[in-house]
Amino acid sequence: MTIYVEEEGAGQKVAAMSGSLGAVVAAPKPSREGLAKIVGPMTVFGLFIAFWYFTHHVLMSEPKKPLVPVPHEVLKQSFFTWNIERGTNGSRTGGGLLKLLEGLWSSVQVAGLGLGIAIVLGFVLATLMSQATWIQNSLWPFLIAIQAMPILAFVPLIATVIGPNFKARVIVCVIISIFPIVANTLFGLLSVDKGYHELMTLNGASRMTRLFKLQYPAAMPSIFTGLQISAGLSVVGAVVGDFFFRQGEPGLGRLINLYQSSTAYEQMYGAVVMSAVLGIVVFVFFGWLGRRVVGHWHETRSN
Amino acid sequence: MSNVATSATTTPPGVGDPALVFDDLSMTFPDGTHALDHISFSVERGEFVTVVGPSGCGKSTLLRIASGLEQHTGGECNVDRDSIGYVFQDATLFPWRTVRKNVELLAELHGVPISSVADRIDESLALVNLTEHQEKYPKQLSGGMRMRASLARSLVLQPDVFLFDEPFGALDEISRERLNDELLSLFKAKNFAGLFITHSIAEAVFLSTRILVMSARPGRIVADYEVPFDYPRRHDIRYLPEFAELSGKISHDLRGAHP
Repeated sequence: MTIYVEEEGAGQKVAAMSGSLGAVVAAPKPSREGLAKIVGPMTVFGLFIAFWYFTHHVLMSEPKKPLVPVPHEVLKQSFFTWNIERGTNGSRTGGGLLKLLEGLWSSVQVAGLGLGIAIVLGFVLATLMSQATWIQNSLWPFLIAIQAMPILAFVPLIATVIGPNFKARVIVCVIISIFPIVANTLFGLLSVDKGYHELMTLNGASRMTRLFKLQYPAAMPSIFTGLQISAGLSVVGAVVGDFFFRQGEPGLGRLINLYQSSTAYEQMYGAVVMSAVLGIVVFVFFGWLGRRVVGHWHETRSN
Repeated sequence: MSNVATSATTTPPGVGDPALVFDDLSMTFPDGTHALDHISFSVERGEFVTVVGPSGCGKSTLLRIASGLEQHTGGECNVDRDSIGYVFQDATLFPWRTVRKNVELLAELHGVPISSVADRIDESLALVNLTEHQEKYPKQLSGGMRMRASLARSLVLQPDVFLFDEPFGALDEISRERLNDELLSLFKAKNFAGLFITHSIAEAVFLSTRILVMSARPGRIVADYEVPFDYPRRHDIRYLPEFAELSGKISHDLRGAHP
């Protein structure tokens, strides 16, 4: 009797030990992986910055050096200087962080509203297309066309017809970012396994019930994939579309354009960096949101 | 829909009260595939009928017709479609719902308030030993546990007729035998009319009160066996000589059934 108890105790001990052993073995693994996750990209980023300096100091001839200002000068003049008034030291444009933030705010408004409209419109279109083949067949060629057309070539046209205003900038943004939402949502809605549909059929589910209880939830992972791509494109639309607008609130794109034409290169690099940061932040945000919403049940989004 | 009548109207007197009747049923698909040929049998409550047959012989089509997923082209199929539990080959759990939420699904779809069936949901989860795992998501479960959750889901509405479409075909041998035991205790507890499709002769003999052997396409019933074991059936009836003898006969019939 005692032997059995002891054995059981020993067994538990072994189990506990292997458990803790597993923990000990497992614990450094994520941290090592975590370290690798930080060290790798940081190294590549360091190499990129080094190459930037190398370009300035070695590759560029003396008269061309101002075209590639060194990173710390860019940071100093456009991010760590609050505001350079126009006319200071003969500057034709001024510069500094304030103007970048104003440009950023303008672009964020355009991209945000454009993306919002693209999401709602794309979602509605995809839902309609999922409900009837004839709707899908009618709309699909035009969505493909929108995707295939060089949208930027249409920007001057839109600016001419609507006027070079906020509305036109938003429209450009919508056109450029809608396709991935429609395509991914539709794909998600239509690729639900037949077995699940039969389960719904057997239990007398209506079209609406099927849509809300089965298809939308099942499509969530692909919807978030579409959102993430579209969000990135909406920033592209807001910044690049800006190149064609010479009136109204200056967004980041117009700042880049302005600084370029007046050879304020440190400021121009600053604006480029700011638009890159915006795009990356938006992309990371939607990735995080997707993991939050579907990570607890979807296999590939959980890590 | 005229061919879906209540069983009482078409049953000859004195045969009892079959919950599911196939009467001279034939099925030809629109592409000309002749799947089922003059199938006649019935299943009463408390009967567990298994159909075995070669791949593609139309066994699953039989279930799809009974449930209304397919329309047959000849004969009659009588069953109350509001009282069918269908257990698919895959567990078909919604991955975004917890086990409990999955088990609630059918009540939800039929507009039954969840609060009014909470007891039955608890009972169903307990019957398949998933009470402790009810808050888990399907991806956290093993294949056998998923299948049990699927069984629990179909139990909630207390159907009179259960259709099983090779539900354990994808499981390993040990999980399969355990699920067979559990299915038998469900059968005894609920006394439903069961129609089970399988490739496994051992599974058929272990579970059923009656076994029908189907020929290759077009599917016909070529043999009909009563299974001589009483319930509850212990795991080790599999090693009795009668079990082996019956398995051997069915195996022989199946060989003959292949083209």
